[in-house]
Amino acid sequence: MSSFLSASIGRKVFMSVTGLFLILFLSLHLTLNLFLIFDDSGNLFNQAAHFMETNPMIRIMEPLLALGFIIHIIWAAVLTYNNMKARPQKYESGDQLLSWWAPSKNMFILGSMILAFLVLHIFNFWVKLKITGDPLLDYPAGSNVEMLNTYNLVSNLFINYPIYDLIYVIAGLLVGLHISHGFWSAFQTIGLNNINWMKRLKCLANIIGIIFAIGFAAIPIYFLLKF
Amino acid sequence: MADKILSKIHVKVWRQNNPKSKGKFETYTIENISQGNSFLEMMDILNDQLIREGKDPVAFDHDCREGICGSCSLYINGHAHGPDSQVTTCQLHMRKFHEGQTITVEPWRVGAFPVIKDVMVDRSAFEKIQQAGGFISVNTGGAPDGNTILISQLDAEEAMDAATCIGCGACAATCKNSSAMLFLAAKVSHFAKLPQGQVEAKTRAKSMYAKMDELGFGACSNTGACELACPKSISITHIARLNREYLKA
Repeated sequence: MSSFLSASIGRKVFMSVTGLFLILFLSLHLTLNLFLIFDDSGNLFNQAAHFMETNPMIRIMEPLLALGFIIHIIWAAVLTYNNMKARPQKYESGDQLLSWWAPSKNMFILGSMILAFLVLHIFNFWVKLKITGDPLLDYPAGSNVEMLNTYNLVSNLFINYPIYDLIYVIAGLLVGLHISHGFWSAFQTIGLNNINWMKRLKCLANIIGIIFAIGFAAIPIYFLLKF
Repeated sequence: MADKILSKIHVKVWRQNNPKSKGKFETYTIENISQGNSFLEMMDILNDQLIREGKDPVAFDHDCREGICGSCSLYINGHAHGPDSQVTTCQLHMRKFHEGQTITVEPWRVGAFPVIKDVMVDRSAFEKIQQAGGFISVNTGGAPDGNTILISQLDAEEAMDAATCIGCGACAATCKNSSAMLFLAAKVSHFAKLPQGQVEAKTRAKSMYAKMDELGFGACSNTGACELACPKSISITHIARLNREYLKA
């Protein structure tokens, strides 16, 4: 096992498995987030957030999710460092084969930008929900609702701070680009690919990437346009 | 139709005396190059010119000049084996270049392929990977014996596609991580698809992988650049098979 972990393929397999796990998490995250735009009263989203807060399965998955992120990020840094060491001298004429923006060439840069966004995102919501609390999370006195008004916290950010709308739209696009390569690449690394599945997986990866990019970007745009 | 003559081109080539020296680019101007010339013929003309001027000719690898030996290399204008596709440098022709163009010629920039001199690199790292597991240890007999073992046409074709790898190193040279995965995948796939290769199947991928890591090649990011640069168009789906073979072992 230790030789597997120290081998480049072992690290890549961990990257792939954690990556697919994070895509699963993001699918759930996006589905619940879309409740924000399907019910302007906020009740639907608040119910969903309450379910996530109280469901025991979700509670078990939360530390696993954090672990998934940590492994994915640390292995990405280690692999990228080793990959850079493998070419001590760069080409004068650069790489004219793949476009400069190709997600496959920029996974670490895309991932780093997503990580920077993730830190901001955690401070925007998770810290307020779990640690510090926020007056925006409270329902008006006497309303007798036994849950947090998460919708109010989210909508306040998106309605009153256009700079955050821009950041969240860009982050959605970055996630979409990252996944458009990461999804099929994960299957390739764990060996689940062949000449027929290559096209299908690449097509599926692009579809998932587009859904994630549009889905996540649509939410701040909706709040900006509607309110 | 006669080939056009390029009255003047500039070749910016990497010059390095030995593996230890620092090296730098030198630019040479060559006149009256026919577009019908191969790239290596142009390099020969350049070297002839340098010798006549009393200068040291540019050292570069070449052998068969038929695209099959895997000796030639060169990273030309941002492309391994030059801007044409599915060819080795020896099959690249000057019609891919235009009048007055500056052509940048670099050695493979792979940590595991140290420069010997100028644009000639030491690719023995590939041989070490091959020696780690790219062989069979049973005597399979002659052609009549081979014909008694039935192999499906699809398997035979896939094994043959993988076996077309000439070990030139364009995959590692073009990969942003200098990874040797396509080479490794071709060698493993070649044996994995044939019954003769099954005896060592459990150890082959593992040993060759370990050797690749040990020699300092990078990991695979699945960019697919290697497949595009490969003069034999070996598919990266062989990399998925290599990973399967490794995980099975």
